[in-house]
Amino acid sequence: MIVQWLDPMLVLALLVNFFMLGASRLRAVIYAVAFQGVLLGVMPIFVRGEVGWWLGLLVIATIIIKGIVLPELVSYAMREVFISREIDPVVSFVPSLLLGAAGTGLALGYARTLPLAPNHSGSLIVPASLATVLTGFLILTTRRKAITQAVGYLVLENGIFLFGLLLIEAMPFLVEIGVLLDLFVCVFVMGIIIHHINQEFSSVSTEHLARLKD
Amino acid sequence: MTGIVIHILLVAGLPPLLLGVIAKTKAVFAGRVGAPLLQPYHDVIKLWRKESLFSGTTTWIFWAGPVITLSATAVAAFLVPLTSESAPISFAGDLILLAYLLALGRFFQAGAALDTGSAFEGMGAAREVTVACLAEPVLFFGLLVLAKLSGTLSLSTMLAGPLSSSWQSSGAPLLLVLVSWFVLLLAENARIPFDDPNTHLELTMIHEVMVLDHGGPVLGMVHYGAALKLFLFAALIVRVAMPFSLRNPGLHAGVFLLGMLLLAILVGIVESVMARLRLVQVPRLLVAASVLSAFSFILLLR
Repeated sequence: MIVQWLDPMLVLALLVNFFMLGASRLRAVIYAVAFQGVLLGVMPIFVRGEVGWWLGLLVIATIIIKGIVLPELVSYAMREVFISREIDPVVSFVPSLLLGAAGTGLALGYARTLPLAPNHSGSLIVPASLATVLTGFLILTTRRKAITQAVGYLVLENGIFLFGLLLIEAMPFLVEIGVLLDLFVCVFVMGIIIHHINQEFSSVSTEHLARLKD
Repeated sequence: MTGIVIHILLVAGLPPLLLGVIAKTKAVFAGRVGAPLLQPYHDVIKLWRKESLFSGTTTWIFWAGPVITLSATAVAAFLVPLTSESAPISFAGDLILLAYLLALGRFFQAGAALDTGSAFEGMGAAREVTVACLAEPVLFFGLLVLAKLSGTLSLSTMLAGPLSSSWQSSGAPLLLVLVSWFVLLLAENARIPFDDPNTHLELTMIHEVMVLDHGGPVLGMVHYGAALKLFLFAALIVRVAMPFSLRNPGLHAGVFLLGMLLLAILVGIVESVMARLRLVQVPRLLVAASVLSAFSFILLLR
């Protein structure tokens, strides 16, 4: 009964992707990624259709990390460097929205051709995961500000998490925790880098990092 | 037969009321008493009583524009089913006619604006047409979704009873269509995130600047045509949003009218809480709405 709510939630997660591609205010993007994190956090319940204590623990941990800790870290960095919006991305907002839409369409088409287990073949999980990874990649590569790129990492990881939902019955969440730890380190390093760029250059555009000097 | 009479009465009488409800909602939000609900009717009647004055530099296009716009919109209003099962005019493919009747009206309105020779009005016409060409995919993707769900190309059939079972089987695409069509309604009728209907003589306005030189009965026609267009889009949205079985016609009509009023209040709320977008951001929002409706179509094809 509860399983049928999974697809609408995945659609909502995909809509958040579009929002992040189209929004220029960093605060809105960070809130969006936090919302997506919470959405993804409760999804295991809908995949399994029942709640055990182990699953409950996983859900709570994911919500806290994805929905609160990581976005809070990024928005802390945002406040530290006094940046509130992405002004001039490499690929501007309308083309990146269209690219995201095309990517989502392709992901939906491609997922149909994959040889999935029969109980996963009709689900939106795989296309949503591919589309979210694509969105994360797009944000990561086309935005100039280091903070937006950190958000791109988060979205990328959300996509991987969605794919992990397929294996939630077969594998414990050790894999997931591993990925989360990687990500945590990523955000941490990003924070340090942003801090240093800010001290050196008084601007956190990664364009200045294009040239090597000896 | 009674269905057609009710349809005509609704099309003729209801549109300005929606504008009145929107204005009243905005007044309540601002803590004012506001104009009475029937004020738009009084405005139209007042304009109708005035004499027509035309500038010497204009040609027949100037007065033909509002006439053609109003009549094209009125014909389009007969293609959309309101309270009854089927619209007075209905055939396979009438959704294309609906879209292009509205486009015809817009063309002549822009033509009338250009006919004045004023640079200001030309700017407004250019903007109106830009917004329109970005808004058209939203309408068509939504119609495609409905056509795919119902398996027909006629508006009356796709908005009729079977829609309620479509809501159960594929609610997500329909919901996306509703959201994108709401954005479409705001864009097509020059409501607030796109254009402020209350300001005159501002450099960023779209619809109002096109009708600056119109006056008297002609301006009344412009206002009435605009109200009718709002009514049309609202009717489309309400029909999609309330998949009601039509066994009890009276109840159905009541729910339809209630839905229209709620939608007008919703537009009023949006206008009260949002600021107008900068002009460069308008295409972004419209493209986002197109992406939404295209995405809903893709979801359906899956």
